[in-house]
Amino acid sequence: MLSRVADSIYWMSRYVERAENVARFVDVNLNLMLDSPRTDQQWQPLVNTTGDHADFASRYGAVASAENVIQFLTFDRQNPNSIISCLRAARENARSVREIISSEMWLHLNTFYLMVNSAASSGKGFEYPHNFFSDVKLASHLFTGVTDATMTHGEAWHFCRLGRKLERADKTSRILDVKYFILLRSAAEVGTLDDDVQWAAVLRSASAFEMYRKRQGRISPTSIVEFLLLDAEFPRAVRFCLNSARDSLHAISGTPVGLHRKPAEKLLGEICAELAHARVEEIIQGGLHEYLDALQTNLNRASTGIYERFFAPRVPESAQPAKEKGQ
Amino acid sequence: MLPALELLEGTGNAGKDRAKIAMNLSGYEIGNFFDEMFEEDGRPRAAVRPLVRKIESLSAGELASRQQAADRALVQGGITFNVYGESAGVEKTLPFDLIPRMVTAREWERLEKGLKQRIQALNLFIDDIYHQQRIIKDRAVPPEIVSSSKGFRSQCVGLHPPRGIWCHITGTDLVRHSDGQIYVLEDNLRCPSGVSYVLENRRLMKSLFPEVFDASKVRPVSNYPIALRDMLEYLAPEGSASPRVVLLTPGVYNSAYFEHSFLAQQMGVELVEGSDLVVFDGQVWMRTTKGFERVDVIYRRVDDDFLDPEAFRADSMLGVPGLMEVYKSGNVALANAPGTGVADDKVVYAYVPRIIKYYLGEEIILPNVPTYICAESEGLSYALEHLPELVVKAANESGGYGMLVGPHSTAAECAEFAKKIKADPRNYIAQPTLSLSRVPTLVNGLLEGRHVDLRPYILYGKDIFVLPGGLTRVALKKGSLVVNSSQGGGTKDTWVLAEDAWAAEQSRGPSPIPAGGGRG
Repeated sequence: MLSRVADSIYWMSRYVERAENVARFVDVNLNLMLDSPRTDQQWQPLVNTTGDHADFASRYGAVASAENVIQFLTFDRQNPNSIISCLRAARENARSVREIISSEMWLHLNTFYLMVNSAASSGKGFEYPHNFFSDVKLASHLFTGVTDATMTHGEAWHFCRLGRKLERADKTSRILDVKYFILLRSAAEVGTLDDDVQWAAVLRSASAFEMYRKRQGRISPTSIVEFLLLDAEFPRAVRFCLNSARDSLHAISGTPVGLHRKPAEKLLGEICAELAHARVEEIIQGGLHEYLDALQTNLNRASTGIYERFFAPRVPESAQPAKEKGQ
Repeated sequence: MLPALELLEGTGNAGKDRAKIAMNLSGYEIGNFFDEMFEEDGRPRAAVRPLVRKIESLSAGELASRQQAADRALVQGGITFNVYGESAGVEKTLPFDLIPRMVTAREWERLEKGLKQRIQALNLFIDDIYHQQRIIKDRAVPPEIVSSSKGFRSQCVGLHPPRGIWCHITGTDLVRHSDGQIYVLEDNLRCPSGVSYVLENRRLMKSLFPEVFDASKVRPVSNYPIALRDMLEYLAPEGSASPRVVLLTPGVYNSAYFEHSFLAQQMGVELVEGSDLVVFDGQVWMRTTKGFERVDVIYRRVDDDFLDPEAFRADSMLGVPGLMEVYKSGNVALANAPGTGVADDKVVYAYVPRIIKYYLGEEIILPNVPTYICAESEGLSYALEHLPELVVKAANESGGYGMLVGPHSTAAECAEFAKKIKADPRNYIAQPTLSLSRVPTLVNGLLEGRHVDLRPYILYGKDIFVLPGGLTRVALKKGSLVVNSSQGGGTKDTWVLAEDAWAAEQSRGPSPIPAGGGRG
């Protein structure tokens, strides 16, 4: 498969997943704010977790409000990570590989993009934010379903899944981080009823509330962190995501799992092994934020490894370059 | 004015069928033009009778609803082209009209012969121009036609393209004048576009009018992608057992991107952009997820100037640095070869009858439109004196740009254009205004005559293959003669008829391009 095509497919699915997760971010914060009796709404942490706070501050100023943060994360075409920008990028990537993906995938993605576009111009996203964000989540699920049901599960499909799962692992870890930032502001409230409400909202944002209840029962921060980070069966848990990303990576390269020939595989294998053996108590003791930060850095390195290996292969050093050969 | 359509109007005893006819074709005026569907006296031409009967049997509403079904299919299928000058990524569908244009078997036989003759001669001309230039030394054509041609590429001098073929894919524009004669309007030797519409239009028509296909014995066009791939594989360097063919596109914002993607898919080859290819070790390679894979043949839809920044325009971001060197060494084939533009220059066009005579010793089968060459003094003075009657074209423009249609222009516009011609006579040719033939076309639910041209596609590989069909472009604006898609044109399906039992046999026979690699 052409490197450029693989690259486009990988980013197409990453961008769809990113749009979905931005919707989850905003939605969880809306939920937290509604459940929170305090008046000082906390929107700045949301901007911080996306990593785009400098861009936000330069264009929206110092004060983060519900309105300007939602605008920035949802409909701002200048923010490359807003929902609308993600979908635009996903659609452009899809358009350049239309002969590779199924026509159903193209059709659905196009419709998805048009839906967000019209929400942006009609103002509906602000009027009924919960409806809008659940539409975005649902459309993203549909895209994944259409992909799984209409595309051969070969190399291209594995690149799709690789992109989606890496993105999801990264964003689940960031959703946990949102809670971390809020905790910082309200250390006194740890363990109170309000705190439990907030943790439940975090679970809901990852569609994890019911599954968590089945597994753990009581709301406890430690077991929530354990569930979202280390569970091997819940599909939005970081470990689950990275396990299937690793499987796809091995399917693409043809190396059996356990054998790590190339940096990307080695790195991803190490992260998976670490998550398999990690104990949540130790993670919290060492600092959840620090742990998540290190995880995100490692994921970025794995992404870079994938880029260098598959999307930008280097000409062998022994090769005669074009110019000299022709003389 | 011509008589009303007697068969359709009837002679007074209008029966049930004739009442229906009146709904679709009664108001149809042939006008002072050659009509591809009707004789001068209004009778349908023999070949189109099954189609006319079908149109008669449909109510006006049914015709319109079939047209709508076709339009819908085009939008949903994303059969689109990009419009330059509008914001990036604006995709439009090319308007499609459901009344086909017919070509009889007999007429096609002559067209096919004429096109093969023309392509063969033009290929010899290009090869000669980049080598000895015998035709100039023998004074059959003046030297200026080469030295001043914008399509001439000095980088191609002395080049030996694989199997001596330069123009592998050609689309020749044909028009029929009111005298009934078909003329060659221009040659497109630089990777012409449009063939995807031929295939898609046919697919649509088969679903819209299956009965008529059966009755009319229309020759198929669907084997074009196979013939194209066979031709491309034929060009592969010796020794590549299963040649790797790719289609090189400028990318997703190119106006013909849909076609590039469509043809790559239909041929089962990779669609690549310049950045996917890299040259090292004297070969062209493509970057894949499994490393580098060798490329043998490139069907390039990137213009000469952008093909290789080391050989042509240094600022090209679309090309592949070093490609021309590999091409010269014979390690990769390009279709079409670079430099073919020298032969589709509008001034060179005027000399094609002499070119055919010179190389083949034959008279031209398909005539040129009489052409006044402004670079020659008699031509120039004639053109300037008769501007209001003439069509004047800039030598190196296409897409209907940079031209003057005298009869449709004001005196001021003619005067303005005269200045341009005097400033640079070499750049212009003038031709009498042709009255392009018409075909009934559905306009606001009614059938009206609209002017058409015809672009057949010719492949030059082991043999010369003319696709029995082609792109019929139609000027949708009333009275307009400009058929280009960028100027409000649409398309129709073109039905080449097998006509009699003998012809039907031929069309089912072996394809002129041999299957299975075809390397001799």
